[in-house]
Amino acid sequence: MEEGRPIFLQVAELLETAIIDGSLPEETQVPSTNELAAFHRINPATAAKGVNQLVDDGVLYKKRGIGMFVSTGARAKLRERRREEFADQYVQPLLAQARRLGIGAEELKSMIDLREGER
Amino acid sequence: MSTVVTAQGVTKRFGQTTALDDVSFTLTENTIHGLLGRNGAGKTTLMQILTGQNFATSGELSVLGQHPYENDEVLAGVCFIKESQTYPQNFQVRHALTAARLLFPGWDEEFAAALVDDFQLPLRRQVRKLSRGMLSALGVIIGLAARAPLTFFDEPYLGLDATARQIFYDRLLADYAEHPRTIVLSTHLIDEVSNLIEHVLLIDRGKILLDESAEDLRTELVTVSGPVAAVEQVAANAEELHRERLGNLVRATLRGRFDPVERDRVTGLGLELAPVSLQELVVRLTSTSNGAGNLRTAGKGDPR
Repeated sequence: MEEGRPIFLQVAELLETAIIDGSLPEETQVPSTNELAAFHRINPATAAKGVNQLVDDGVLYKKRGIGMFVSTGARAKLRERRREEFADQYVQPLLAQARRLGIGAEELKSMIDLREGER
Repeated sequence: MSTVVTAQGVTKRFGQTTALDDVSFTLTENTIHGLLGRNGAGKTTLMQILTGQNFATSGELSVLGQHPYENDEVLAGVCFIKESQTYPQNFQVRHALTAARLLFPGWDEEFAAALVDDFQLPLRRQVRKLSRGMLSALGVIIGLAARAPLTFFDEPYLGLDATARQIFYDRLLADYAEHPRTIVLSTHLIDEVSNLIEHVLLIDRGKILLDESAEDLRTELVTVSGPVAAVEQVAANAEELHRERLGNLVRATLRGRFDPVERDRVTGLGLELAPVSLQELVVRLTSTSNGAGNLRTAGKGDPR
């Protein structure tokens, strides 16, 4: 776990990422709070807070007596949200650093095109 | 959640020395608390008072709803694992475990046996012939298997190697998850336990410096570095705990509301923003020459 950010948020994000990349498909069961706590070596109450946030958000839902499951439609919803955050989280700092180094917009675009072409 | 311990204005004096100075706090049920502070800060004294092994000079105290001193009902629910626990002269390891089984109503014999295996403790060896690490392991096993509703671990792992400590943390977490209870973990190895504890109590010179959720602390504390003028702008909205300077470059440890908006503002000023670990925070708060008093005067005259 990273320093400086609440652990429960990081737990929620890890689950979200697993849902987005398909390793936690919709309508499958997610690991229990205790399993998450043991795996990440964190306090179970903190793990529970992360899971509960996703429940409140409608990403996970609870099957009484069984556990937590990924909601139908969760993947598309999370993907949409991450796309919205992408500009702020990645493009903004990229531009800030480029500006510091005197890299102009055109040069930056050609760098991206070049890398993209290599793939 | 309910409260298992309430301390109200607890003071303890030893002659001229004030070990605990008007300390007030509560411990929440089924929470893992980190009791942190330097040597001599008053941690052990506090735990002794909470477990009925010492008197407070003054103040109100309630443990599991009652006063702990010579109170069998309370003490049956309390387990205190000390750094330097002594055992009767000719006790073997298995005798110590049997004594613990008789003492603690919640004792789990199977769990104890599994822990003995984990820590590779020789059951028939005399306790006084155990190595320092093995003696610590014995304490840890008793503290875990006792499953007491209120368990204190006071520097439980002197001499335990990194592997054995990890076993302790893993077993503690797993068992706590299955059998929630109130745990107070006093340790100097703060980095190792910072993700395990839910609530932090920091004591310095007999006073409580911090009484806060560990998650809140993670976001409230940052190190900001960059040109003086920009750092000043950020520091104006926060409490300044520490400052280092190299030419025009300043690195300040700040405590305040660093939500995403404020973080954007800080990086927008061209400053580097870095997290502060719990261990760094404790070092910062307790290394000033006159402790709590300096908190408010660190760096500048008036940080507010």
